Amino acid sequence: MSLLHVFGFGLKVGHLLWMLCCWIVSVISTNWLINGGILETQACLLGDGGKMWLKCMEKVSGNSCKIHHHYYQYIGSKRVRKTWWRKLLVAWIVGWITVSVWIFWYMSSQAFEKRKETLASMCDERARMLQDQFNVSMNHVQAMSILISTFHHGKNPSAIDQRTFARYTERTAFERPLTSGVAYAVRVLHSEREQFEKQQGWTIKRMDSFEQNPVHKDDNAPKALEPSPIQEEYAPVIFAQDTVAHVVSLDMLSGTEDRENVLRARASGKGVLTAPFRLLKTKRLGVILTFAVYKTDLPSNATPNERIQSTDGYLGGIFDIESLVEKLLQQLASKQTILVNVYDTTNQYHPISMYGSNVSDDGLEHVSALNLEDPFRKHEMRCRFKQKPPWPWLAITTSIGILVIALLIGYIFHATMNRIAKVEDDYHEMKELIKRAEAADVAKSQFLATVSHEIRTPMNGVLGMLHMLMDTDLDATQQDYVRTAQDSGKALVSLINEVLDQAKIESGKIELEAVQFDLRAIMDDVLALFSGEAHEKGIELAVYVSVGVPEMLIGDPGRFRQIITNLMGNSIKVGIRPLGDKKILTFLLRKSGMMKYCALSLGLMGILSQFTKKGHIFLTVHPVEEVMDSIDVETESSSRNTLSGLPVADRRRSCAGFKIFNCEGSSHPLSPSSSDLINLIVSVEDTGEGIPLEAQPRVFTPFMQVDPSISRKYGGTGIGLSISKCLVGLMNGEIGFASIPDIGSTFTFTAVFSNGSSNSNDSKQQKQRIKNQCHTTPSEFQHMTALVVDPKPVRAKVSRYQIQRLGIHVELVSDLNQGLSSISNENRVFKMVFVEQEAWDKESSISAHFVNSIQKIELGFSPILFLLGNSLSSSRTNTATSGAYTLSIITKPLKASMLAASLQRAMGGNTGNPRNGEHPSLSLCNHLVGRKILIVDDNRVNLIVAAAALKKYGAEVISADSGKKAIKLLKPPHQFDACFMDIQMPEMDGFEATKRIRDMESNGHIPILAMTADVIQATYEECQRWGMDGYVSKPFEAEQLYQEVSRFLQPPSTANS
Amino acid sequence: MDVLSQLQRQLADFLASLYREGFVDDQFTQLQKLQDESSPDFVMEVVSLFFEDCEKLVNNMAKVLEQQVVDFKQVDSHVHQLKGSSSSIGAARIRNVCIAFKTFCEGQNREGCLRCLQQVNHEHAQLKANLQSLFTLERQIVAAGGSVPAMQ
Repeated sequence: MSLLHVFGFGLKVGHLLWMLCCWIVSVISTNWLINGGILETQACLLGDGGKMWLKCMEKVSGNSCKIHHHYYQYIGSKRVRKTWWRKLLVAWIVGWITVSVWIFWYMSSQAFEKRKETLASMCDERARMLQDQFNVSMNHVQAMSILISTFHHGKNPSAIDQRTFARYTERTAFERPLTSGVAYAVRVLHSEREQFEKQQGWTIKRMDSFEQNPVHKDDNAPKALEPSPIQEEYAPVIFAQDTVAHVVSLDMLSGTEDRENVLRARASGKGVLTAPFRLLKTKRLGVILTFAVYKTDLPSNATPNERIQSTDGYLGGIFDIESLVEKLLQQLASKQTILVNVYDTTNQYHPISMYGSNVSDDGLEHVSALNLEDPFRKHEMRCRFKQKPPWPWLAITTSIGILVIALLIGYIFHATMNRIAKVEDDYHEMKELIKRAEAADVAKSQFLATVSHEIRTPMNGVLGMLHMLMDTDLDATQQDYVRTAQDSGKALVSLINEVLDQAKIESGKIELEAVQFDLRAIMDDVLALFSGEAHEKGIELAVYVSVGVPEMLIGDPGRFRQIITNLMGNSIKVGIRPLGDKKILTFLLRKSGMMKYCALSLGLMGILSQFTKKGHIFLTVHPVEEVMDSIDVETESSSRNTLSGLPVADRRRSCAGFKIFNCEGSSHPLSPSSSDLINLIVSVEDTGEGIPLEAQPRVFTPFMQVDPSISRKYGGTGIGLSISKCLVGLMNGEIGFASIPDIGSTFTFTAVFSNGSSNSNDSKQQKQRIKNQCHTTPSEFQHMTALVVDPKPVRAKVSRYQIQRLGIHVELVSDLNQGLSSISNENRVFKMVFVEQEAWDKESSISAHFVNSIQKIELGFSPILFLLGNSLSSSRTNTATSGAYTLSIITKPLKASMLAASLQRAMGGNTGNPRNGEHPSLSLCNHLVGRKILIVDDNRVNLIVAAAALKKYGAEVISADSGKKAIKLLKPPHQFDACFMDIQMPEMDGFEATKRIRDMESNGHIPILAMTADVIQATYEECQRWGMDGYVSKPFEAEQLYQEVSRFLQPPSTANS
Repeated sequence: MDVLSQLQRQLADFLASLYREGFVDDQFTQLQKLQDESSPDFVMEVVSLFFEDCEKLVNNMAKVLEQQVVDFKQVDSHVHQLKGSSSSIGAARIRNVCIAFKTFCEGQNREGCLRCLQQVNHEHAQLKANLQSLFTLERQIVAAGGSVPAMQ
């Protein structure tokens, strides 16, 4: 039931709404019509006025334009606008109220006019009809007068007597619908009275007495009436219609009204009307029409006297006006709607009502004149509507509708303005909030930077002390503790560095360098960095850089290296599959929280390493185009075909989401436009635990707080990966990964670099920055040929890559037998043979044979045999003996430099290795000899220390204790080669001084290095902004000072050293 | 040369205790490294310069802090200078006090400043005494005909 009710209610509401809509639509349309009409009528009727009005409209619209203009002008100032639109709103509302009132007035006046017109036409119609009917009756009465003059006076004896007359009039009554009766009075002179009375048989009676005595009894005998007094003449009624038979013998001249009437009638010769009076018998209002009957035919222009003389008698018709009008009105339609009054207005000031109730109503009235053929008397008809005028609903609804619409528009305007104001306020508020948030962000970064700096300072102390402690006499346990502590400290410092990086990235302060660098050397470095750890864990590390990658690239090697290090570190941390009990580790990790890095690097993983399987981490670098071309080909490569033979996550999946691959179809994004840009794709593939599926979406989120079991496993990955992602983004690249739990993960990223090979003759400074690591390929191995025996193509490819870097031509074979046949081939001369340990061990039976056959080859041409041992077996001696033949074992990971060293050793060549781990700079101490260096610091102690430090390297040091002095000293021309500048100095700080010095410099550029205790992130940029070249942190170490300054000094010319 | 070796051992121990107790740090080692034949008294010169500065600064700060309205900016600049020189010569304790001192200055904490000033004074006196005995020892060794062992 209730459901039905609800349904019904819904229907009703819907209906109401629909009605409302209809109403609004109709109102709008009528308005439009009416307004249009008004406009037209106004224009037509008023002419000039209409034009004025239109002009007015134009002005208004012009004003509104102006207002708009003002609005835009004032849009800046809020208050003005606010007050302004309030005023506008009020003006709008007032204006529309006026308009709607005017419309109401106009429309109701229109309605009134129309009503008036209707009334007038109705009234006139009635008056005309009345007049017509009256005239008809009058004509008939006149005809009767002629009848009487003909048959009564014209014949002797008379052809008419009372009876005849009565009957005749009775029968012709229909001809005179307005008369209630007719009577004929004859003119009797006094001299004839007696004879007349005798003849008629009655005396002439007075009328006024009859009038005075209201008739009580209808059949009042005429004899009761007084005889008429003696008069000059009499006009006794002789004939009368039956209806008025009582007037027979009454002297018409004795009645006041009648007398006057009779006199006027005979004088004028026309029908004459009396004023309305109460009729004798019926007591209804009536008038008497009197016609004179003349003896002879009178000419139409007879004088009144002639007329009087020739008068024979008078015919009177009694008009019952009331019934007359009533009858008339009944014949007409819409008789109910109007009230009709008929007045005799002969006396203008006292109109005599002839018909109609005398309702005093000052409403609408129309007056029509009635012409009843009597020039002496005036009559008029007054008409009124019975009902009051109806409410002008149309006008009301229209004006209210307009008002409502205007108010609605006003409201909308108001709401809009309010909304705008609110939005603007919100906007300002937001802006304020953004400002505050930004300030907070800056503060946060500053705080992070400061805190990390503050932590780093004592940490350096701790590490230094530990380092010193290591050199003291310690037993094994103590040494182990110290090493552990040192490792933890280092891990903490690196964590802090990462946090700093994150802070920098978040504040957008990180900027990439663009220097020339050797990507392969960086790869070697990374490999070297992780080889120790990988070795411990029994993971095979390998690097492969495609030939398509140029020798030299321009980009930020430090950041690139950081990304790779992060990914590699991540892989190496999780790149093992612990099979044993993890409880100890997890407990420790949970306990230590922030120290999980330390815990990891503490070698706790080492504990687990005994449970681990053999795995690998494979780092590859390709140009993107190469990968894109091969991406389809590689699909069928089996999962077995990996470095360690373990299955890995698919690399193609890891980069499947990259835009660069997705927009492949349209055009190669990099190929035509940027021949100088190299887009590299780097992937790190490991055979670790993989990332649990639920954690995969959050891998790149910084500081992610996930399920503890995940953060336990990926303790170190959170921030490092997010930094990597940001850095990759900065290098216009993308990063992605694919990970299968218990199979492994593959991280892939792309990065865009400039080709550095094309313009290798860059400035020396840049070249110097590149560490002189593997830059030099030893020329001694050029044009040699080597044979690599490896059953796994992937691994063989890596080996070939590394060996080829030495300029050696490489051939690959998959097993020893093939190798043998290659060697035996006379056409080929292999200088060296690299045999993969796996191949060697697997085919131990052949290996002996293999060695033998090699030895058989002629002396001097016999190739040197190398065994490529992976880390697991490298615990053996460096050279394994197989029979009489010594073969060198090269431990993986393969690196060109190491390879070169091994080859040199094996070939008895120069064993000198440029990378001896010593500070190369120390051996070049004479860089500074004879250099003139200015040190500026307001602190005497600092000055002395710094000066002493630089003097130690043979530099000539000049000190200045204020910025002003420094400026004076550095006014060109000067002899200084470099300048160290304290930043915080009284009077003029280091920045200011530097700026002035730079301003003075016309040609040449003296390296100015800041000295500051604040090593917060902003400082370097600040230094550069003010024209400094770098900075050293205080307290300085001699080495640091030296290194920094020597970076900026040209290497000493031969003449100098 | 029993006396000499004893003296040298004493010196080493003393130096080690100085490091251990945090009077000096790495930077002091650096400083000692800078001393060579061309400037045999380099460390002493620098250190005495430092003490001189230090006393001057401490006096200045004491004066400023005594005033009704303390000009913390001035104190701060003094502290900054003191911090710079102390870290230059490796006077770790003084430097650490200076760091705290700076914080108080920034916080306009007069009490804290005065306390720190006192501490600086105290540390200064201690360091001075310690270094003096160190130099005395060194001189004794030199007098005994030995050489001051180079720091690592």
